[in-house]
Amino acid sequence: MDTILVVVEQREGKLNRVSWETIVAGQAIAAQTGWTLEAAVLGSGVAAIAGEVTEKKVAKVYDIESARLEPYTPDAFAHGLQEFLGKHPAKLVLMPHTYQVRDFVPKLATALHTTAISDVIGFRYEGGKLLFTRQMFQGKFVADVSFAGSGPCFVTFQNGSFRADKVEAGSAAAPVETVNVDVPDGVIRNKPHEVFKEAKQAVDLTQAAIIVSVGRGIKEQKNIEMAKHLADALGGELAASRPICDNGWLPMDRQVGSSGQTVAPKLYLALGISGAIQHIVGMKGSRSIVAINKDSEAPIFEIADYAIVGNLFDIVPPLIEEVKKAKG
Amino acid sequence: MKILVCMKQVPQKDAPLKLNDAGTWIREDVSYEVNEPDAFALEEALRQKEKHTGEVVVVTAGPARALQVLREALAKGADRAIHLEGDTFVGLDAYNTARAIAAAIKDEKFDLIFTGLQSDDYGYAQTGVILAEILGLPHATIIMQIEKSDGGIRVKRELEAGFFQFVDMPLPAVLTIQSGINKLRYATLIGIKQAKMKPLRKVMMAEVQSAMEGNLQKIEKLHVPQKTKNTEFLEGPPAEVAKKLVEKLKNEMRVI
Repeated sequence: MDTILVVVEQREGKLNRVSWETIVAGQAIAAQTGWTLEAAVLGSGVAAIAGEVTEKKVAKVYDIESARLEPYTPDAFAHGLQEFLGKHPAKLVLMPHTYQVRDFVPKLATALHTTAISDVIGFRYEGGKLLFTRQMFQGKFVADVSFAGSGPCFVTFQNGSFRADKVEAGSAAAPVETVNVDVPDGVIRNKPHEVFKEAKQAVDLTQAAIIVSVGRGIKEQKNIEMAKHLADALGGELAASRPICDNGWLPMDRQVGSSGQTVAPKLYLALGISGAIQHIVGMKGSRSIVAINKDSEAPIFEIADYAIVGNLFDIVPPLIEEVKKAKG
Repeated sequence: MKILVCMKQVPQKDAPLKLNDAGTWIREDVSYEVNEPDAFALEEALRQKEKHTGEVVVVTAGPARALQVLREALAKGADRAIHLEGDTFVGLDAYNTARAIAAAIKDEKFDLIFTGLQSDDYGYAQTGVILAEILGLPHATIIMQIEKSDGGIRVKRELEAGFFQFVDMPLPAVLTIQSGINKLRYATLIGIKQAKMKPLRKVMMAEVQSAMEGNLQKIEKLHVPQKTKNTEFLEGPPAEVAKKLVEKLKNEMRVI
């Protein structure tokens, strides 16, 4: 029988919770294909994490160990997992689409002469054929992607594509097998230093109930002021998509998206934000999303509850007045 | 330092895209521009060259229209360009794109190879890392700073949620560059003029075909995303739309 292997992510000995979403994806694929679902964790002294995973409905958990897997390097992770897969072949290897996974999986897939389907949001199993769906053209289209070759095919899932709270628990704890892998001298070429945060964040957007967020459509730095007035009128925080912070128009700690903060306010009001995937993953959990954009095809409208197609410079000034009036 | 910058031409950010009749690709009659992170990769290469001397070579794979990306790069200060030219380069998966580039530069020795961290069209975020593996070089991804150090470089990797990490690595190496690593320059008139005199090497598919294999992943079908939400469109003149929205903010979303 074919095997699906989910590799959960750990950083500095802690399980990255997004891994549960990948387990859910694995459980869903296993349910449809009848394939066996197993899980693995790579690291040094990560048995406790393997233990956490055994509570879920998986046939087996591998604790792949080497002192050289800590700290993370792409060389050691690709080498270690390649050695493991040589002994424990899998048809599919599933992982979350994190910055760490992006850093080593394409290398590993290449070394194994196979392929990685990245940033996947779903799957379909039709007539014995597995198709994965992934966004393309910044979310404007979705592609059904098939894979060829003897495998294993690597698939990385976008954050939030499956719901972590849907993870099925097992009826009994899954068995753990410890597999020691050998990462010889000279394999690791990079020397990573400690992970750090640039500066103390002045604003914690995750706590904001209302966020007014600006994107490229704001055009010029001086127009940020208008968005600030709207945020003030609503009693909310001002945030932005990446390009605005790259330009230095707002500080980096106001950035929402994969490289910034992940937020889920009561109201997310997006001004001139087209809705690139990297931004969407940081705000799609918001309770209500309002988008104002001049482009009716903008992907942000796919996830908006209320949409206004139009020029934000025409709409925001009367909107500020109306909000002030309503608040009295 | 001899630096290669891999660049890609992609549809313009706000270009309205339509699917072709077969639903397998977009209709190509749109406006194109350089993939944004690739522009930052080029800028970083030019800055490194200005600091340490050397040469900046730019490469792209794509049809004749993609030449524009190379022209602009040469106008900004790149020294020469390589164009893997042909429509067939468009449909390659990340693995074969990297194989094609590797084959085209097999007689060259670069100290650094830059790519953007991902493209706005496919969004694989893989070609740079795959290229490193094919060439047997170390790599680092999502780079926000590059400093020369004793015997190599020190780079600053962006991690998620505002975290960073410095990594020391030997040369030669492959780096994927994040948008915002620097401030982009504009081409000067003199630069545009000089660009026309700079060397441009064309590489046809036939020259690199032997290095390539069948695509291991295939786009079976492209479609417009299915809406998961019932989006309500508020319409009318601005003043009226503002009123309607405030009514929703108050009575439906209950945030006022």
